Amino acid sequence: MSAASPPRFVLASPESDFYWRSGADGRLRIQRCGDCRRWIHPPGPACPFCHSRRIGPEPVAGTGTVATFTVNRKEWIPGFTPPYVFAFVELDEDPAVRIGTNIVGCEIDDVEIGMRMEVLFEESGEWHVPLFRPLETRAARGSEGS
Amino acid sequence: MGEPQERRAVISGAAQSDIGRRLYRTGIDLTVEAALRAIADAGLTTADIDGVSTYPGFGGSFGGAMGAELHEALRLSLNWRSAGVETAGPLGAVHNAILAVATGMARHVLVFRTVVEGSGGPLRPGSGGGGGSAGSAGPFQFMIPYGAASAACWVACYARRHMHDYGTTRTQLGAIAVNGRANAASNPKAIYTEPMTIDDYLAVRMVSDPLCLYDCDVPCDGSTAVVVSHRDYAPDAPAGAVGVNAIGTAIRGRPSWDQFDDLTSMMMRHTAASMWERTELTVDDVDTAQLYDGFSWLTLAWIEAMGFCGKGESGAFVEGGANIGPGGPLPLNTSGGQLSAGRLHGFGHLHEAVMQLRGTANIGVEDCEVVAVGAGGGPETGCLLLTRGPS
Ligand SMILES: [Zn+2]
Repeated sequence: MSAASPPRFVLASPESDFYWRSGADGRLRIQRCGDCRRWIHPPGPACPFCHSRRIGPEPVAGTGTVATFTVNRKEWIPGFTPPYVFAFVELDEDPAVRIGTNIVGCEIDDVEIGMRMEVLFEESGEWHVPLFRPLETRAARGSEGS
Repeated sequence: MGEPQERRAVISGAAQSDIGRRLYRTGIDLTVEAALRAIADAGLTTADIDGVSTYPGFGGSFGGAMGAELHEALRLSLNWRSAGVETAGPLGAVHNAILAVATGMARHVLVFRTVVEGSGGPLRPGSGGGGGSAGSAGPFQFMIPYGAASAACWVACYARRHMHDYGTTRTQLGAIAVNGRANAASNPKAIYTEPMTIDDYLAVRMVSDPLCLYDCDVPCDGSTAVVVSHRDYAPDAPAGAVGVNAIGTAIRGRPSWDQFDDLTSMMMRHTAASMWERTELTVDDVDTAQLYDGFSWLTLAWIEAMGFCGKGESGAFVEGGANIGPGGPLPLNTSGGQLSAGRLHGFGHLHEAVMQLRGTANIGVEDCEVVAVGAGGGPETGCLLLTRGPS
């Protein structure tokens, strides 16, 4: 991803509004059933497993694994300067929760299926857009001192 | 089950409008051209047409024309009309017509799919791809903010996982594009006909890695129309009636590009399975397959879904092209497919299937009696098993 943030065309629904705001406190949240406790994504009006209406956002660790990805070499949307990585990250809490995202914080050629990831957020207007970076970079960032 | 009731239907006529990269004609203009040709091909007049079916109809992506527009343009008198995008992919319009005929709602249904993409504008956020409405707050809201605005990005993710899990290579994937290009040379309506080698394929620029330019089909303008009639009419169809042996419509997985349970297959896995559940025919009976290649990897997914090879084996199956070329055990996309002949959204494949079963295809498969047609990708897939003469 280039230094300038690309245009993030977020069009939240009433069910997903929390998802795009969750990062304001640095936490990723996913909808969860209050009865059967399963995770639900994308968020919906009821639990698709037990049909409970007792559902709501709950924080997750924000860590997961790259399930697959593409390196975009074409400017599909003006302002999204290629190359950039679009990936699906499966969350540790439930791999069936698959998050579309951009991978940042590493060389594009270093992205691999199976790589461990952690969430970070990019502010875009009223939204906090979840992005992912390699989990392994945490130690490296720490050693940089800052 | 008793006899699958889709067998009450036949395809009595099939035709296409002019097809080109940029024709600068309206969708309804192209549609009327294809429709009148198909109706004549079926030995009918507009007065005989009592049903119209199309995909996607009002509000759908990829341009086109509404069923009501054709209804009005030809002043048809209809007993039944249907259009919509929430079908088993674009062939859902054919399924609907077959069901209407089988249930007696109509006797001769004009089915069309029109695309006006070559003359259209560039992709924009909100215009979507793959039949989706990217600008809505629906499922695409989780991909558009990341610049994944095209189905190319989503299919590329499946292709990469398939390569990762099964060792599929770009050289293998390229066999789909090279095969299509070779066949397109014999199709006078094809968009791209100049020869292409696997080295040309490997050298072209990447679009959404691992998909390169030649893995993506070419937008075009054109309309395809078929007439679906009751099989009673088959003896009177001057060009010969094509039988409907089975249709595949199942959508047993999550209707989602990004949340489907398996990142190396798509909904066609269920769709094709449901087709085979409705017939005594098997993959061994299929003489040629016309399988959707909006992106080359979708064809690999269809080959596996149909059972022409095992799961994960499609790369090896197509490598080098011997299995899928003319004269091979499974001639594939014999008119060039969408990669070279233009994005007619599955209806080019359907048209070619009809030509093969009539024995009038440009690259004819000898003694062609059974053709499998599959169209669509992601969560929107449908298929047909067609036969020479009523099933
Ligand atoms: Zn529940």
